[in-house]
Amino acid sequence: MAAFIAPALILFLLFVIVPVLFAAYTSFFDWNGLGGIPTDFVGLENFQALIADEVFLGDLWRIGLITMLSVAVQLPMAFGLAMLLHQRFPGRTAFRLLFFVPYILTEAVTAVLFGLIFSPRRGFADAVLAGLGFDGRVGWLSDRGLVLFVIFGILTWKFFGFHMILYLAGRQNIPEELYEAARVDGATSKQLFRHITLPLMGPTIRITVFLSVIGTVQLFDLVYVLTKGGPYHASETLAITMYDQGFVRNQIGYASALSIAMFLISLLFALIYQRYVLSRDLQGSLTSTDGGRS
Amino acid sequence: MSVDTGRARLLRNTGFYIAAFLATGFVATPILFALLGGFKDNQQLRENALGLPNPWHVEHYVDVLANATFWRQLGNSVFIALATTFIVVAAAAAVAYVFARFQFKGREGLFTLFAAGMMFPFAVAVLPLFIILRTFEMLNSPLGVILPQAAFGLPLTIIILRSFFRQIPGEVEEAATIDGAGPWRFFIQILLPMSRPVIATVSVLALVGSWNSYLLPLVVLSKPTWQTLPLGVTQFQGEYSTETAKVLAFVMLAMLPALIFYAFAERHLISGLTSGGTKGLAVRRQTGPEVMGRLRACRPSRPGTGSPVGLPRREPSSGPRRPKRHATQTPHRTRRGGGPRRERVHFATC
Repeated sequence: MAAFIAPALILFLLFVIVPVLFAAYTSFFDWNGLGGIPTDFVGLENFQALIADEVFLGDLWRIGLITMLSVAVQLPMAFGLAMLLHQRFPGRTAFRLLFFVPYILTEAVTAVLFGLIFSPRRGFADAVLAGLGFDGRVGWLSDRGLVLFVIFGILTWKFFGFHMILYLAGRQNIPEELYEAARVDGATSKQLFRHITLPLMGPTIRITVFLSVIGTVQLFDLVYVLTKGGPYHASETLAITMYDQGFVRNQIGYASALSIAMFLISLLFALIYQRYVLSRDLQGSLTSTDGGRS
Repeated sequence: MSVDTGRARLLRNTGFYIAAFLATGFVATPILFALLGGFKDNQQLRENALGLPNPWHVEHYVDVLANATFWRQLGNSVFIALATTFIVVAAAAAVAYVFARFQFKGREGLFTLFAAGMMFPFAVAVLPLFIILRTFEMLNSPLGVILPQAAFGLPLTIIILRSFFRQIPGEVEEAATIDGAGPWRFFIQILLPMSRPVIATVSVLALVGSWNSYLLPLVVLSKPTWQTLPLGVTQFQGEYSTETAKVLAFVMLAMLPALIFYAFAERHLISGLTSGGTKGLAVRRQTGPEVMGRLRACRPSRPGTGSPVGLPRREPSSGPRRPKRHATQTPHRTRRGGGPRRERVHFATC
């Protein structure tokens, strides 16, 4: 039996548990990453520096902003399209397949593509604006106020199809009998939506919000390739700050503290969200050991 | 009335199509820009950004296809993805088998340890991973990418496989034992073949995850030998930053394998990715079955495929083609561990 367990366990300990513990350990040190293990113990200094770090606080603010935009724009759009594609009309399968395409593309490759589209050197986006009769010279990715919204647009392009598929599946799981019964009772289509569709889609909606937030917290590839977090941190994410501190500036201790902060933020959010928002939906939770018995 | 509804339907359908085509434009424009842009030259890109290429230039695509670096990176990506998938699925299947079918002290604790891995975003570990890989001298080696990726894929794969293995009736194992098969033979010759659909699902997840991976290769593979396609695309853009058309051709060709894979395995990909994404939250009751609801065009346990596991179907008699000996089976032996049936299996099975 040990032969069945050993490969996975060794792999897991060596490449998941040890690194995470090592990150936690290193976060209490000032270390440039050279020579064996860290020795310059500084206690909680890295974390104290962290909560005073404007870039870090900015990261949190940007996470919040992108999340709010997602909930306000991206998810409703995905929801609307899912309701649309639930109707029977010729060609809906083709639309469904097409809308999922951006999700399967590699984030880094997508970022290169959109870097060219929003290029400052007469990019495609500028050309489209010019074609519509506007002055086509917008600093899409160089304007500090605009860059985050452009990135949000790209995120929407990339991920709405995923949420749409989840909504579509949720909608298709609602028994048609409910609608038939309500219609017999004289319900209007507005009432059907308000009193059947929306409440029964609740669990799916709550899960997509969750996935959206967790995805935003961990965002790296797309933004890093597109802007490296710039200009002047205007589009920086937690993971980019960590990468910059750790791999560019060799502040390994500080970067480890950032890693731990990222982990704690995801964990805290997951626990709170599951406890207060998903509690009605979930039989088991992240922390349950038995796959949902409790 | 019939005229009215006819007109209403027409109006409604027109509305559908307008909305659907707007969304299509939103989705397709960037991809068409890459596809067509690769056929333009730089002057056309500047002066005829919106129109079709005129004349069509094929040389950018030809150049990329004749570029040995492109093929090497493609090969590296394929190799690393296949190796990652093989390792993670093999290791996870073995341990999931133990978790699903053996009783021993500390089993749940061990499972929790693996499941807890779900909570670590990869970015949390990348820095210490880099230091560890440096210590083991695994930088610039494909193993430096493959092993961590496989390790981070374990939790989800184990969770999915374990819940599937649990559904396989104990009688199957009993019959195999009576016929003289040990745990190894049962695992290799019976359990794994029976689990083909779920193995396909987790394989898709691992393949796609590895194929798209960027951060780990970025820090591990600084020398070109083993660099993967996502790294290649970003570097190519850096190298040819003034030759947009060439970069677009490279981008398009780099997207092509995923698009082809999607065209052929669209159902697997959609159901695998969506169930995988939501499974990650252990939200198996809700979204999982919903996702699989009617999206799945093929039914589980199609007759003739030899998959004896009657998936979500409840009728005990119609599902599995049971091995011999069922006359002696007693009903209470069907599920070990007791308790109500909790998890419905809801994987793509086609």
